[in-house]
Formats: sequence, C-alpha cells, structure tokens
Amino acid sequence: MAEALFQARDLYLTLPDLTRKPLFGAAPRIEILKGLSFALPEGAITGIVGESGSGKTSLGRTLVRLLKPDRGSIVFAGRDIARLDDEAMRPLRRDLQIIFQDPFSSLNPRKTVGAIIASPLLLHNVARDGSEARKLAHEALAQVGLPESFAGRYPHELSGGQRQRVGIARAVALKPRFILADEIVSGLDVSSQAQILDLLMDLRRRMSFTMAFISHDLSVVRRLCDRVIVMRKGEIVEDAATAAIFEKPQHAYTRLLRDSIPLPEVSDGWLKES
Amino acid sequence: MTAPYLDIEGLSVALREGARLLRRVSIKVNPGEVHALVGESGAGKSMIARAVFGILPNSIEILEGRVALAGEDLNAMSQGPRRSFIGKRAAFIPQDPLTALNPSRRIEPQITDRLIHILGMKTNEARARALALLGEVKIAEPERVLRLYPHELSGGMRQRVLIAAAFAAEPRLIVADEPTTALDVTVQKQILALIADMQARHGTALLFITHNLGVVAKLCQTASVLYAGKVVEQASVRQLFEKPQHAYTRALMAATPRYDRPDESLKPASPELLAALAREVADTDAAWLKERHHG
Repeated sequence: MAEALFQARDLYLTLPDLTRKPLFGAAPRIEILKGLSFALPEGAITGIVGESGSGKTSLGRTLVRLLKPDRGSIVFAGRDIARLDDEAMRPLRRDLQIIFQDPFSSLNPRKTVGAIIASPLLLHNVARDGSEARKLAHEALAQVGLPESFAGRYPHELSGGQRQRVGIARAVALKPRFILADEIVSGLDVSSQAQILDLLMDLRRRMSFTMAFISHDLSVVRRLCDRVIVMRKGEIVEDAATAAIFEKPQHAYTRLLRDSIPLPEVSDGWLKES
Repeated sequence: MTAPYLDIEGLSVALREGARLLRRVSIKVNPGEVHALVGESGAGKSMIARAVFGILPNSIEILEGRVALAGEDLNAMSQGPRRSFIGKRAAFIPQDPLTALNPSRRIEPQITDRLIHILGMKTNEARARALALLGEVKIAEPERVLRLYPHELSGGMRQRVLIAAAFAAEPRLIVADEPTTALDVTVQKQILALIADMQARHGTALLFITHNLGVVAKLCQTASVLYAGKVVEQASVRQLFEKPQHAYTRALMAATPRYDRPDESLKPASPELLAALAREVADTDAAWLKERHHG
C-alpha cells in the first residue's frame, strides 16, 4: 500500500449545539467525531460514506482544518496539523483544496469564471502576475473540458454540471496534494453526474493528487473510489478497499446501506425485505 | 377495459409568449395503478403534477389538451367547484416535508383539516381518524405526535405524517413528487415500502414522480419517460427495463450508477445522442407549429 498522505489518530471533535443554547452562557457541546483513527493513502481516492448526521462532512472539514479537533492528531505529509493556528495553516492551504456540493453558492457570483480560477493562483503565488494567472486559468478550463471562452462568463450563466467543472478547475489549477470533494455530484442529474465522474477519473490519470470523496451515494463511490470509510454517528464502522466493502462487507450497517439502494431492475419483493 | 382514473390527453403548456414546456403529453393512470413519471430536472415532471391539481402558475398558459379526473374534464369546471372536485378525489405528497407542513401549527390540524373541510367530519371523528392513520403509517405514540410541531419530528417521521395526511380523505389518486429524494437510503426504503403498502391497502392510483430509475423498478407498474416536456417512451416497467425502446431511456439507464456493475454504469450520453435528442424536439415543435397554422 502507498504511504499515507494523511494519518489521523484518535480524532475527537465537539461542536456547540446552538438549538439548545440558553439565553445566557455557552451552548452545550455535542460529540461529532468520537475518536477516529485512519489513513488516507497518497494518490488514492478514498470515499467517505454515511447517512446524514454521521459526521462525514465534519470529518472532511477537520482534515483540511476548517474545523479544529478537540483532541487527537492529523499528520499531513509528515507534520501534525491538528493544533496549528490560522497563520501557521496559511502556507499549507494551497495543498488542501476543497470542492463543495453546491457550486452556485461556493462560486462568487460577481466574479467571472476566469477571475474565480485565477485569484487563488495569485494569492498562493502559483502565478507571478495577472497574465500568468490567466494563462493557467485557461489551461485549467481546458483540463476540465470547458472552452477558453468560459473565462469571461459568470456563474449564473452556467449549468449545474458546468459550474461544478469550474469548481474542479479552481481546485486543480493549484496542483494541490489533497482535494476534499464534499457531495460534489449529489445535486446533479444522472447524465451530468456521469460526466463529472468521468472527468475526475480522467484527471487522476493525468495528475497526481489524493482525494477524499464524501458521498451519501454508495453506487457512485463504488465506481470512483479505491478505498471506502463507512461512518455512523461519529464513528468509523468499516474502512477497507472498495471491492471488499461491497462484496464482503464486515459490518451489518455497511450491508444495510448497500442493500437499501434500489437497483434499476425489476424484482418483486425487494420492498418487503428488511 | 377500465376507464383511466387520471387521463391527461395531448397537453401542451408554454410560458406566456414563450417556448413550450410540455409537448402534447398524454398519460393515463388506471384505478389502483402505480405509474412512474421519470425524467431529469427541467423535463416538466412537476409541471404535470401542477396541471393535475389545476395549480399551474399564472405565467404558464395551457395551449391545448385536457386533464380529466374520474372521467370529468377539469378545464371545463370553474375554479371553486374544480377545487372541491379535485380535493375529494386526489391528494399530493411533496418532496420536502418541512416546507409542506406549516411550522407554526401542531400535527393534528394539519391532518384533520381536510377531513373536516372536505369530508365534513366532526372534530372528534376527525381526530380518531387521524390517530388511526398515524398508526397505519407506523408512527409510535400517535397521541403524542398529534400534539407536536413539525420541527420536533425527523425527516422520515415528517414524510410519514404527510403520507397519512395524503391518504386521510381516501382519495382515489395520489400524486407523489420525489417524496424520498431528500431522505437517507435506509429511510427511503422504509418510506417506499410504506407507500407501496398504503397504496395496495387502499387501492389508490399513484402517479409517482422521480428521477431515480431504481425506485421506478422497485415500486411502479407502468412508466412514462419524459424528456424536454415530451413523453419519449411509455411502457410497463418490466418492458421498460428489459427492452427500452427510446435512445434517451437507454442513455438514462447507462448513466445510472450501479454498485453491482460499476464498470458498466455511469456512462455519460454521447454528444451525438444529445444532438439527436435536440433535433427530435425541434422537429416535434416544427411539425406542431405547422399543424397549428394550417389546421
């Protein structure tokens, strides 16, 4: 197995429960991640699956240090980043990119697609000046299958699939070591979903990056990911190679998740199985 | 042969001064039948649901065609009588139970309102019926749940409440618009099983709107595949999956992810197919315009 890009040990995260916050004083905290230990192998796409409230999104956000864990270590490329403050994290940001679920709310509506892709390149000193940033932005658009003319468009002029391509272009333009993809195809129709997954598989053949692919859809994960981490209520129930997860699930919950997916073929009685 | 309970015939609607959104849609749902309306976003699925209940937005104009329920043409009725006619015979299950339930009212009136107003029940009678319905949709402690507000229930529980409310007045047709799309897979399966069970028990006809071919295969008997406001294929569900006739249906199946056949699934449609589909829609519209101007 490849070496781990991420090594998490005993990760605990609590967040304030604002629905139960008293008028004065602090809100009670709820445990979101309950002592997780796992590794993300370098160059692999690891699927993180689970139902709503399982903690999969919080886990992703903790890895890229949008959230600070209460306890535990996150070793990224040989360095523990669990306790670093914002200042110390800044030089690492280029290597920790995120693609969000809803490309419409994650892309600035007042900027052109070209500027959306180019400005992080300048911020992280990947490009020395505006013209180099533009050139790299055009290259990134080509990589995600969009024509150069899209650089002058605004997010609202694009379809959902095209916007998601822009989100991917913005991330890959920085040539990061790690990309967090959080439910990036769940808002799309099946035909654009298939195109975006094709694009991701194509990109990983041409570039080298490690990815955590957060999804509630096991069928999509089966196609794309090398490994799968199954989460439930803030804990990892299973962590194995994708084929093993689907063909020989060790945990009853993994089996339940798999068997709850309605396959597109007629079979009487499936609804009665439980 | 039985007469269809819902009979949509040659329905075309358009944005006022704009393009057609539904292109001569004909869909029949027989009494007690579960019919799937499948398509991707923008295909016009929800537009059809709105047409059934006579609640198309003002910006939309019916160009031709008719919608008949229980053999009666809905367009021929004036608004008041149409509302009560539909209210006694059809009900709706929406996708998002949180927006469909009034957040500031307890669950009880949200189920009993239609029993009191449509069926003319007394409050006590309606309450007893609501309790029985909550039992039927397998909600534990129904007395307590009647007193709760929507936000105090989980997503799956809310959907159960809406299913109970939909069946409350014993409609002969239920239109369900993506009722499980927002739910986790394990909850989705429970809700689908519940809908199937209630539908069979009450013998209600069901028009089930979905983008999920898996749900079509497991729940429905017949299906219409919708593309760009046009029904491109209509068949029994068995036929649809064994021998899909239209290229779009086949493309939809090829693009659908399958965990049991990862390498054969998630195939994007070819540009040639997309071009052919666009041509087909343009040809349909050209032929329709010609007919309108000469006929």
